Amino acid sequence: MTIFLFVILSSFLFALILFGLGQQKFQRMTWVASLLPISLFLYFSSFVSPIINGEVFTFFTKWVPSLGINLDFRLDNLAILFTLLITGVGSIVFLYTTQYLKGHPKILRFYTFLTIFMGAMIGLVTSNNIITLFIFWELTSISSFYLISFNNTQAESRKSAIIALSITGLGGLALLAFAVLAGQITGTLSISEMLQSSEVFENHEVSALLMVFIFLAAFTKSAQFPFHFWLPGAMKAPTPVSTYLHSATMVKAGIYLLLRFTPHFQNNSYFFTVLLIVGGITMLYAAFQTLFKTDLKGILAYSTIGALGIMVFLIGIGTTASITAAIVFIVVHALYKACLFLVTGTIDHQAGTRDITKLGGLRKVLLPLSIAGFIAAFSSGGFPPTIGFIGKDLIYEATLHGGMNPVFLTTIAVLTNILMVFAGLVVGVKPFTGKQPEELGRVKKPHFLLWLMPMLLATLSLLFGIFPGMIESLFTHNITPDLTGEESPHLAIWHGFNLIILLSSITIIAGLAVYFLWKPSYKKESSMIKFNAFSPKRLALVFANQFERISYFLTRFFQNGYLRRYVMIILVLLTLVFGIHIFINPRIFLSLKEIKALNWNEIVVLAMMLVSVLFTVFTKSRLSAIAGMGVLGYTMCFIFVFYGAPDLAMTQFSIDTLTVILFVLVLYRLPKYLKLSNRTNRIRDGIIATSFGTFLAFTIIEIMNENPVKATSEFYAEYAYKLAKGKNVVNVILVDFRGFDTMIEIVVLSIAAIGVFALLKLYLKKHEK
Amino acid sequence: MEILLAIMTGILYAAGIYLILRRSLVKLIIGIVILGNGVNLLIFLMGGLVKGNPPLIPADGKMLEGVFADPVPQALILTAIVISFGLQSFAIVLIKRAYKVLKTDDIDTMNKTDDIK
Repeated sequence: MTIFLFVILSSFLFALILFGLGQQKFQRMTWVASLLPISLFLYFSSFVSPIINGEVFTFFTKWVPSLGINLDFRLDNLAILFTLLITGVGSIVFLYTTQYLKGHPKILRFYTFLTIFMGAMIGLVTSNNIITLFIFWELTSISSFYLISFNNTQAESRKSAIIALSITGLGGLALLAFAVLAGQITGTLSISEMLQSSEVFENHEVSALLMVFIFLAAFTKSAQFPFHFWLPGAMKAPTPVSTYLHSATMVKAGIYLLLRFTPHFQNNSYFFTVLLIVGGITMLYAAFQTLFKTDLKGILAYSTIGALGIMVFLIGIGTTASITAAIVFIVVHALYKACLFLVTGTIDHQAGTRDITKLGGLRKVLLPLSIAGFIAAFSSGGFPPTIGFIGKDLIYEATLHGGMNPVFLTTIAVLTNILMVFAGLVVGVKPFTGKQPEELGRVKKPHFLLWLMPMLLATLSLLFGIFPGMIESLFTHNITPDLTGEESPHLAIWHGFNLIILLSSITIIAGLAVYFLWKPSYKKESSMIKFNAFSPKRLALVFANQFERISYFLTRFFQNGYLRRYVMIILVLLTLVFGIHIFINPRIFLSLKEIKALNWNEIVVLAMMLVSVLFTVFTKSRLSAIAGMGVLGYTMCFIFVFYGAPDLAMTQFSIDTLTVILFVLVLYRLPKYLKLSNRTNRIRDGIIATSFGTFLAFTIIEIMNENPVKATSEFYAEYAYKLAKGKNVVNVILVDFRGFDTMIEIVVLSIAAIGVFALLKLYLKKHEK
Repeated sequence: MEILLAIMTGILYAAGIYLILRRSLVKLIIGIVILGNGVNLLIFLMGGLVKGNPPLIPADGKMLEGVFADPVPQALILTAIVISFGLQSFAIVLIKRAYKVLKTDDIDTMNKTDDIK
C-alpha cells in the first residue's frame, strides 16, 4: 500500500509542481490544477465498496519511532466519507475558480495554497497517529491563513486572517496538549490503539483535562460559541475559499475530531453533555444572527456556524440515531452550503454586489444559476424531495428519541431549523425573484462553469434526496455500531405519517412565513451593533490588546536598553538566590590563627589596596580616580610577588602602567567628571554592589574550605619539562600546551590594536568635529 | 591571609559593580578595570596560596616537586590580564571618539545616535 502514502502526500508534491510552472505558464492552463482533486476523488471512490463491506485500509511505516510518531494512515468508513467530501467538493471548487479568478495576478499562489490545504485535509482525516493528525490540523490552519488574507492589500483581510489563525492556532495547541496527554497515559499515539484503553477517557484523574483540550481544539476549529467569530471574518477570503474551507471541509475538522474520539469517550457522560450544551447555544445563536445580516456571505457564515452547532448538538445527544444524523447532515450541509456559496460567488462576480437589499430579479439573466440556488435553498430548508429533508427527518428523530428532555431538544432544533429555512431562502431564492432593481445595472451572462458547478452540487442534493439508497450504506456502516451496538436508522424520504413529518411541515411553513414577513435591512443590521460590546469577538480583541500591552510593559521593564538595568537584575537575582543558600546553611570557619600569622608587608599591601579602591570610588577628580586605579594594579603586583607568581607580577605591572598612561593621554579630551545620578540611585547601587561583594566574599571563604582538585596542575608540573622542555611551567602552559589559545589571544589583541589605531587616526567628518 | 584576600575580592567586586552602574562612561571603564582585578584575585585565590614558591622547575630537576604555587590559575590570569588590556585600551579610545562626536559621556543621553547624519 505504498501508493496509499503517495496519494495522501501527492497534494504537497503537486503544489510544488504547480509552483514550478510559474505564474505566466499557469495562467494559461489553470484547469491543470483540477486534475489532482478529480483523480483523487476517483481513486478514493474505488475504496467505497470494500469499506462498506467492512474492510479497513491501513498504511504503516516508521517515521520517528523513538517518539512513537509514525506514518500511520487508516482509511475507514468515517475517513472515506470525509475524503470523498474533500476531493469531491474540491474538484468542483477547483474547476469553478478557473473562471472565478480568471486572469487574477496571484492565481498561482491561490491554487498552490488550495492544493496544500487539500493535502492537509486528506492527511488529517486519514491519520491514525495523533501527532501526524496534529501536524495536518495545523497545516490546514496555516493554509487557511494564507487563503483568507489572499487579498493582502486590504487591511481587513489581513486582520481577519490573523484573528482566524490565532483562534484556530489556540485550538491547535490544545490538540497538541490532548495528543501528548492522551499519548502519555495510554502509552500509544495510535488513535485506534487508544480505543483499547478507553477507560482512561472515562475514568482517569486527567480525563477532565483531556476533555477540555479536545473541546478547545474542536470548538475553535468548528467555530462553536464563543469561538465562532473568526468564521464570519474569514469570509473576507475569495468565495471559492469560503465554499471549500470555511463551509464544506475545514470547519468540519472539529466535527471529525469529535466523531473520531466519540468511541473513546463513549462512557463519559460529561463529554456528551458539554457537546449538547455548546452545540445547542451555537446553533440557536448563529441561526438568530442570520436575521440581521445583509451581506449574502454574512448570512451564509452564520448559517454555517448554525449547521456546525447542529452537528455538535447531534453528537451530544449521543445515540446511534443522533450520530448517524450528524454524519448525514455533514454531507447534506456540504452539498447545499457549497452550492449556495458558489451561487453567491457567481452573483457577486456578475452583479458586483452581495448586498441582499440590492439584489433581485436575477432569474432572467442567470436562469440556470437560479435553479441551482432554488434547489440548494430547498435542501437547506429541508423541503422534500431534497436530501435536506432526509437530514432534517433524522435530526428530529434523534431529538425525539434521545437525551433526557426530548421536548426541549426538539423545540430548539425546530427553532433553529425555521431560521435555517429562512437563511437558505434569502440566499438561494431572494436574489432571483421579484423585480430587478434599477441600480443593479446590466448583469452579464456568466461563463458556463460558474453556473454548472453549483448546478452539479444542487443536482446531487436532489438526486440523493430522491434515491437515498445510493449513499445510505455509507452512513449505516459508520462508527456508530461501535458506540451503542444498535442498528442505524434507515434513510428514506417517506416513513409514513408521524410526528416527524408534522414537525418538518411546521418547520417549513414557519420558515416560509419568516422569509415573507422579515426583510433584511441595514436598520436591522445596525440595531445589533449595540450588542457588539459584549460579543465574544470584542472580548477576544480586548484580551489580545491587553496581552500586547502587558507584554510590552514586561519587555520594556526587563529589556529597557540600559546596561545598568540588566546588570542589576542579574546581580540582585544572583545575590538573592545564592545569598539565601549561604544564609541558611553557613559553613564558614574563621580562625584567628591566620590573622596572627600576617606579616607587616602583607598588612601594608592590603591597606594600600583598600585605600586605593575606596579612593577610586569616592574621589571627585578623574585624574585621582585613574591614579587610584593604577595604585590598585600595583598592589596586585605585590600579592602576585608574595605568592609565587613573578610572571603575573611583571605582566600586571607593565599592563597597568600602559593603561594609566593611555588614560591620561586621552584625559584632556574627556568631558567633565560629573556625578550624573542622584543620591537615591547612588545609595541603591551602593547597596546592590555591597551586598553582591559580601555574598561573593562569603562564597569564596566557603569554597576555600574544600580541597581543590589538583590533577591538572600535577599533570603540568610533571610534564612541563618532559614533554615541552621548559622550566617555567606557567610559560610552558601558555606557549606550548595551550599555544593555540595564546595565538588566538594575539589575534584578538591585534584586532583591538587596529581598532584603537582606527579610532585615533581616522579623520572626523566635518560635522563631527 | 586567604580570608582577608577573600574579603578584599568582595570589596573589589563591590567597587567595580558600583562604578559599572554609574551613568558616566569613564567610571564604567574604571569599574571594569577594578572588576577585572577582582576576578584575577578570585582565580588566584581559588588555586590556593603558596608563599614564595613560584612554579619554576629547578635547574637540575625534571619536574616540579614538593610545595609549589599552582601554575594553572597563573596561566589563566596572565591571559586575562593581557586580554583585558585589549578591551580597556579599545574602550578608552572609543570613549574619546564618542565624546568628540556626541559631546557627552553620559550613557543615558547616548541613545540618540540615529539623529546623527
